[in-house]
Amino acid sequence: MEEDKRWALISEVGGDTGYLEELADVLKRHFHLICLREFLQNPALHGPKVQVLFIWKFLPEAEPSLLRSLPALLLVASGGVGVDHLDVPFINGLGVKVANTPGVVSDSTADHAMALLLASARKILDGHQIAVDPKTTHLPQRLMGVEVTRATLGIVGMGDIGYKIAQRSKGFEMKILYHNRTRRTGAAERATGAEFCRRLDDLLKRSDFVVIAVKLTADTTGLIGRRELSLMKPTATLVNVSRGLVVDQDALVEALRSGRIGAAALDVTHPEPLPRDHPLLGLPNVLITPHMGISTNATATAIVEKMLENGLAAVKGLPVPDEVKLQ
Amino acid sequence: MEDNKPWALISEVGDQGYIEEVTDILEQHFHIICHKDFLQNSLVHGPKIQAILMWNTLPAAKPSLLSLLPSLKVVASGGAGIDHLDVPYIASLGVKVTNTPGVVSDATADIAMGLLLASARRIVEGHLIAVDPNITCLPLKLMGVEVTGSTLGIIGMGHIGYKIAQRGKGFDMKILYHNRNRRSFEDEQAVGASYRENMDDLLKESDFVMMAVNLTPETTDLISHRELSLMKPTATLVNISRGLVVDQDALVKALKSGGICAAALDVTHPEPLPRDHPLLCLPNVLITPHVGTNTIATTRKMVLKMVDNAVAVLNGQVIPNEVKPN
Repeated sequence: MEEDKRWALISEVGGDTGYLEELADVLKRHFHLICLREFLQNPALHGPKVQVLFIWKFLPEAEPSLLRSLPALLLVASGGVGVDHLDVPFINGLGVKVANTPGVVSDSTADHAMALLLASARKILDGHQIAVDPKTTHLPQRLMGVEVTRATLGIVGMGDIGYKIAQRSKGFEMKILYHNRTRRTGAAERATGAEFCRRLDDLLKRSDFVVIAVKLTADTTGLIGRRELSLMKPTATLVNVSRGLVVDQDALVEALRSGRIGAAALDVTHPEPLPRDHPLLGLPNVLITPHMGISTNATATAIVEKMLENGLAAVKGLPVPDEVKLQ
Repeated sequence: MEDNKPWALISEVGDQGYIEEVTDILEQHFHIICHKDFLQNSLVHGPKIQAILMWNTLPAAKPSLLSLLPSLKVVASGGAGIDHLDVPYIASLGVKVTNTPGVVSDATADIAMGLLLASARRIVEGHLIAVDPNITCLPLKLMGVEVTGSTLGIIGMGHIGYKIAQRGKGFDMKILYHNRNRRSFEDEQAVGASYRENMDDLLKESDFVMMAVNLTPETTDLISHRELSLMKPTATLVNISRGLVVDQDALVKALKSGGICAAALDVTHPEPLPRDHPLLCLPNVLITPHVGTNTIATTRKMVLKMVDNAVAVLNGQVIPNEVKPN
């Protein structure tokens, strides 16, 4: 019933950074929502009501000053699987749980990784621009891409998303290599035909397409730097669907300019978006999408429903299904 | 020996003709003359030519050309499509026709999936926003459609169509297909494909409709007003066959009215489209300029096969890919 609905803080509905109406409605079924702008007009009044902070596309930012104005807060429920934008120990230290939404993002993100790989390899962006260019009079004979079928795909980070990328690339008869902190089971390797590379260097040297699918942690920050890029084939393509900070962007620019790698396709950068004068934006062999790995209605809905599930569990005093527990 | 190499006519190297990277293959087996040079003195050059090595439908096998080539034994075309060739007419002159099926299939299936994914996940729009000098924050409204678990309806389940099914399976897509002949049970099981004897059923059930047929009189305008009206309003049409398989005016109408959601086309009619064609400015249309086989590796394989076919004809050997008039 309405009276039983608890209060949750969100960024906003609509606008450039807010929830689509339909998604906000999912949360409204079980929560009274207050937007950040309204909240900030009178935090002393609104603060004590809020039991859940729902974070969508990293907003609102879970900064100390905001969290301290929410004395009744039980849970920070973030949409998406990455939690690198959250200081989990600090939040837990306030007696507040953190939840993400693993699993539901994986298919969509794997699909997007393959979309970037194929669009880059077969020059779909260039092709479209030529096809619709008012000055085009003939088919371009020299618009040549690189072969995908039976090429070597190296997956860095073989979690849920990395594994689904392997499943998709099997249909293209790609030779699949993977590097991960821990080796997958024999069954998983056989199902995808994936070969474990204990050393990242081996994967980098042998791959035609290197796909980054790791979490961002202290260990994976700058994982792909100057040295790693220099090990890659000059014909190779780097695809990143993890986080911008996993790749040293300055080193990437240098590698692309000097021809030390062939191309890059990035769904993530640091920051997002890049400054408008950033060199990555002007390179011909770079494809960038504005962090759209989960941008389908079906997946966005599934994410919000999981956020809701986590929020409801927290306010009912039940175990939170996707609680992020530190190692 | 060098001097015994037969003569072959090509369109040109560069521009609309062969890329530089394949000329070694041509020159290994033939003395090559390009069309422009041939026309300078067709009476001298004509009688020497035993083969036309045709690329991108050029040089066109018209009567005006063929009548100048009394020694012609073969028109060897690069690519699988033969809709640009009047095979009965050429055969009536005692000249064989060959194509290059098979070697085009992987690259074409890859482009089919590339177009499907790029359209579904709005890759081109995304990129243009990502690099736009005027944007200051990321747009949350750029939403695509889900590919995993969606229904892929393949019209034309030949070599290329089947490879598309194999790729779609990796995305857990539900695969339907329509074909003149039903595939074997084993073939269907291997890719999880369900046959739809009635193409209308495939059109009604599919989220992505993939055209992978040959162009023939039967498949010309195969997809027109009626077929488009049967499709879901959320569906995407992908065409990697030939432009004439789809009624383009009907397609424009369906896209404008929301009868279907989007289209992704590697082929149009003509190619390229006139610069004022409505398809070029519809927001939900992705077009690539017939790049289905555009990798160096696949192009070389096509040229190798084309040359092998021509050599086999001239040597009186078994012809790997003869196209017979039916």
